[in-house]
Amino acid sequence: MFAYILKRLIYAIPIALSVTVVSFILVYLAPGDPLSAIAPADAPEEVIIALRSAYGLDQPVPVQYGLWLMRAVQGDLGLSIATGREVTSEVMRAVGNTLLLAGFAALIGVIAGCLFGALAGYRHGSWIDRIATALSVIGVSIPHYWLGLVLTILFSIWRPWFPAMGAGPGGSSEWLWDLEHFRYLVLPAVTLSVIPMGIITRTVRALVADMLGQEFVSALRARGLSGVAVFRHVAKNTAPTVLAVAGLQIGYLMGGSILVETVFAWPGTGFLLNTAIFQRDIPLLQGTILVLCMFFVVLNLLVDILQPMIDPRMGRA
Amino acid sequence: MNPCKLKISKWLLALPLAFSLHTELHAETVARYGISMADIPLTTGQPDRGAGAYQFTGHTLYDPLIAWEANVGTRPGKLIPGLATEWKVDAKDQKKWVFTLRKGVKFHDDSEFNADSVIWNLDKVLADKAAQFDAKQSAQVRPRVPSIDSYRKLGDYSVEITTKEIDALFPYQLPWFLISSPAQWEKLGKDWNKVASQPSGTGPFKLDKLVPRERADLVKNTAYWDKTRLAKTDRIVLVPIPDAMTRANALLNGQVDIIETPPPDVLPQLKASGFKLVQNVTPHVWPYHFSTYPGSPWTDIRVRKAANLAIDRDAVVQLMSGLASPAKGQVDASSPWFGKPTFKLGYDLAAARKLMAEAGYSQAKPLKAKIIIAQGGTGQMLSLPMNEFVQQSLAEVGIDVSFEVVELENLYRHWRAGAKGDINASKNITAINLGYVTADPFYAITRFTDSKYVAPNGVNWGGYNNPKVDAALEKIRTTFDTKTQDGLLAFVHQSMVDDAQMLWVVHDVNPHALSPKVKEFVQAQHWFQDLTTIRM
Repeated sequence: MFAYILKRLIYAIPIALSVTVVSFILVYLAPGDPLSAIAPADAPEEVIIALRSAYGLDQPVPVQYGLWLMRAVQGDLGLSIATGREVTSEVMRAVGNTLLLAGFAALIGVIAGCLFGALAGYRHGSWIDRIATALSVIGVSIPHYWLGLVLTILFSIWRPWFPAMGAGPGGSSEWLWDLEHFRYLVLPAVTLSVIPMGIITRTVRALVADMLGQEFVSALRARGLSGVAVFRHVAKNTAPTVLAVAGLQIGYLMGGSILVETVFAWPGTGFLLNTAIFQRDIPLLQGTILVLCMFFVVLNLLVDILQPMIDPRMGRA
Repeated sequence: MNPCKLKISKWLLALPLAFSLHTELHAETVARYGISMADIPLTTGQPDRGAGAYQFTGHTLYDPLIAWEANVGTRPGKLIPGLATEWKVDAKDQKKWVFTLRKGVKFHDDSEFNADSVIWNLDKVLADKAAQFDAKQSAQVRPRVPSIDSYRKLGDYSVEITTKEIDALFPYQLPWFLISSPAQWEKLGKDWNKVASQPSGTGPFKLDKLVPRERADLVKNTAYWDKTRLAKTDRIVLVPIPDAMTRANALLNGQVDIIETPPPDVLPQLKASGFKLVQNVTPHVWPYHFSTYPGSPWTDIRVRKAANLAIDRDAVVQLMSGLASPAKGQVDASSPWFGKPTFKLGYDLAAARKLMAEAGYSQAKPLKAKIIIAQGGTGQMLSLPMNEFVQQSLAEVGIDVSFEVVELENLYRHWRAGAKGDINASKNITAINLGYVTADPFYAITRFTDSKYVAPNGVNWGGYNNPKVDAALEKIRTTFDTKTQDGLLAFVHQSMVDDAQMLWVVHDVNPHALSPKVKEFVQAQHWFQDLTTIRM
């Protein structure tokens, strides 16, 4: 097992390095000038040149990458061009907010997805299956932006039960675990949960339906095992695949949703990315992309480690 | 009842009432303001994010030497004393301006404002070798004060600023230059990033709390030096909400009390729900800036005039749900710089077609032109629908317009390069659509009309060159009487209109939607707004 984990960790290093290259280079391929974040539109050429030099943007891209990587491995992602604030603290604050939102959305998505999927799988071909399938299709097809707006109109304006935007009455820095703050989480989390819910429903449904047709389930039933006991076996056999799918979905949620966070003005990574893109704030953009990609790498690593714990055959393979 | 008991019970009844009244009288009044920016603008002294940001973290926390009168909405504002009580040009050397500074003014950190603070702040943005030089603040203000050559202290409350050449319009540049506290910068370890969260100016508000990208709390500065401009609300909470629909939802939901730029689609619902909509003449214009270089289809004045007569501006205003006003020129007709143009902008298809026919074009044989436009962005209003409207209108008179659509940032590159620049000439781009701020004579008129500012030396994009205009502009620079200046500016403006230098479509009206809880908000005819006028 130790060798397996070590091997996975070693595999993660080149992936992480590739991520740094891609996240650094990609933003340079986009049109526009990062100095637009600070220089007015009619700034004279000498001001632009002075700024370019002050921010080290006059150096060749490989040199800039090398310097950035050296700082990044020490946890320093530089300073935002637009605000002058440390990118690391900006990203970490946003990551904290996104984790809160994504965690809650994942909880809704995974629980509802497993429930609907299992019900649909068990009642394959029935009206329950059709409803669950319809819900999952709607979940993966519905545009986030639209759903967020509709939920806001319904539950913030028509029936003002939940706030329309923000991360608490005093902002995310004053977050408290009470009902007042929790209300701010409901609409964005529900909006964000529909895609993982749809995908997990479909996955679980297909797996459960497949498992129920397998010989070992017939054998278990023939041996007189109760429905609950059979379900336990089915669940255990579907778990590795569901875990892998859920891991990926949670990874996507951690990445934040630019649209959902913008609609609800939720100060997470999606909102931060949106701002960084529009301001051409390259250090902030690179830092955010890097941290988000590293989330994926770490989550995949965790899933790779967890899977053989649930199904030892995978470790041997 | 026993009279004594009656008295006691009266007192017992009166006490809670008095207490509640007392509490109410002293309860903090709070206005929550949903702003259209994605982040709180820079708080260190010179706000970033354009002219519209000065109302939030500029003229709230800081003061300029010369201020802009932003607490009147019924007429255009004017230059008024700020931290300088008086300014005058040296009669012997008209490049020298002497400023008498206001005495007894203190920064929020209780340090004193004096001539040293002014020189220190000028060094902060203009002297790149100075310890306090801040590239970010410098980038914001340097293009706004292009005339400053040098400066020196004359006394504890007097400074002299020398301009590069005689420039009578120089005072208009100074509302952009704000004074922050040298003592606070020293106290915070000479670190501008720390100053950002604990800024200190002399303005009518102090910064109480800053949560980047989420909120900034401005609290009333009760010791503000200008007692006529004391804030009418104790606390203003600025909440960045970049998405227009989210801003409107936050207002409808009661999370904020004021929003900037409500989306046109939501206006009927806002009005029906009892929200107030305020708007005013705003120094902004949405034009097509023509190239008049040889080879451009716009070199013929008949074509330029025909284009101006082909647009039903009232219909454009309707397209914007009323959030615009029809343009009669570069500035609004109420401006002292408007003048008396003989060419009247209006909607007259017959006259437009006649002009086009005289120029040799018709709907059957249209003139072709390529215009560069942005897909959206600050100041661009509803860029794509409005451009499509103009495109269809021009087609009616025989002008076949095609668009090169780019991002706003890219559009700025094309703008700075001028029509003759390779990036425009190689693509045969002969007009540019960019919303212009027209807040002062330089921004509204000079930079577009003076032949010495022909791009790339400035943003006279299309190469406008009118010797009479050049002569008038030269005279303005050496005319220190405001009325004469206004008269000369009016002459230049009417020349712009008579020459149909641009196709002017509409002006922005800088709309705000207010909750019924907001009792007063004076919207100035400017991008600078005075948040001290908000009363809850």
